[in-house]
Amino acid sequence: MSRRVVVTGMGVVAPNGVGIPAFLQALQNGTSGIKFIPLYRDLHFNCQVCGIPEFDFSHLKDYLSEVTFYGLKATTLGYAIKAAADAWIDAGNKLYDGTIHWDTGCVFGNSIADTEAMKKVISLVDTKQSRKLGSRMIEQMMNSGATAYITGLLGLGNRIITNSSACATGSQAVLMGYEYIKHGMAKRMLVGSNEYIDNYIFGAFDAMRILARKFNDEPQRASRPMSASAGGFIPGSGAGALVLEDLEYALARNATIYAEILGGATNSGAQQGTGSMTSPNAEGVVHCITDALRDAGVEPKNIDLISGHLTATMADKSEIENWSKALGRNGKDFPLTNSVKSMIGHCLSAAGSIEIVAVILQLMHQFVHPNLNLEDPNPGIINIADVDCFPTKKLDRDLNIVAKANFGFGDVNACLLFSKYKN
Amino acid sequence: MSRQEVLEGLKSVLAPYTMDKEALASMNDETEFIKDLKINSANLVDIIIDAEDKYDIEIDPDSAEKIHNAGSCIDVIMEKMKEKI
Repeated sequence: MSRRVVVTGMGVVAPNGVGIPAFLQALQNGTSGIKFIPLYRDLHFNCQVCGIPEFDFSHLKDYLSEVTFYGLKATTLGYAIKAAADAWIDAGNKLYDGTIHWDTGCVFGNSIADTEAMKKVISLVDTKQSRKLGSRMIEQMMNSGATAYITGLLGLGNRIITNSSACATGSQAVLMGYEYIKHGMAKRMLVGSNEYIDNYIFGAFDAMRILARKFNDEPQRASRPMSASAGGFIPGSGAGALVLEDLEYALARNATIYAEILGGATNSGAQQGTGSMTSPNAEGVVHCITDALRDAGVEPKNIDLISGHLTATMADKSEIENWSKALGRNGKDFPLTNSVKSMIGHCLSAAGSIEIVAVILQLMHQFVHPNLNLEDPNPGIINIADVDCFPTKKLDRDLNIVAKANFGFGDVNACLLFSKYKN
Repeated sequence: MSRQEVLEGLKSVLAPYTMDKEALASMNDETEFIKDLKINSANLVDIIIDAEDKYDIEIDPDSAEKIHNAGSCIDVIMEKMKEKI
């Protein structure tokens, strides 16, 4: 199969930047999007900070008809619509103009649909007022809500899929889109993922005691991947979207090509060995990275940058160990490595797509974004790879190949390889 | 409240649900919501809820079934307002 798959459009709603120009600037400057949330203090959460985009819901009026906008309340859908529509327009397309794009599909994932809508339904049903709910609740509560809104808005007529695999959702969505084009099932795929962490989801994570609780008064220092003082992750919200395209199709319409997807893999460690519901089986991770390299035809020595999952938990060290084992590289030979989560927290289902947008931007603009809050690298990590492999300042580098991975609850792994586009 | 006043009030209830503002402006008793105003049939329940809020009435399912155009909708609204007094 000789088809090549390229990225021709991007959109993002991230805690440190809404829209590609703002997000690029934030990545280059190392801007944190983590904020203190007074309500979390009032709710007695241990962790009282999170990554939340500065998102103006009313801007959706620029994308949606008045009729569609009226009655739309779900924040998570707002993120998804904004990211997807921006990516579509960025790729040189128009919003729905009556054309059905039979050759273009969509894979967009999420973990949990809108819990605010669910709360409204629960409260009105329990108080015997269900008749007041109206017609718009189900479409905002169904997991396929994001793909449903996006598909209608953009006029997409190929395969339309909603995926869900916790923190691997976003990268899996990109991988599935890549595979459909690679195997000739679609010419273009709008791919991405969305997540809105409301009080209820946040509270349930907080109860697991896996969130950082010691930096509530210094929110921008709270997300500390790979540091000795990492005490858990910081949840984040947002969405990322990309337009993937068959290279020949993109060339034929004179599209601007941002980068190429070389290949990838997704698997599971089956919660065996070191794996469990909440942490990956190391053997599965190594398999996933190795499979991705083989699929992409990439030699480990040619990887210039790893954009890790690296959430700021104890799993960071295992992750670096797994990369080292899979690539056969360590010490000074270990690739440069960074974690977008140091700036935006862990956007869960949206993590993969937002972080892949960050990868593409680094390839396009030839830089490595800094790791924030890495004043005290975990000794176990710099025992494997040289400390200089984890830049704390922006580096300008000739980047050719970047590896990206995400690992989700349920022991699901996804790894992709991207490169600068060369004709 | 006169029939004409209810017609004007109904127009404001319908406004968020139709893109065809010209058809809405010239709405009369014979105007059909779905055919003439291109309103999505799923939104009819939302229109009834909004009308209930606006006029502080309750439109039961049997009355709602009588609504097939603007005229019958106005009839139901006026009937329910009268029942309230």
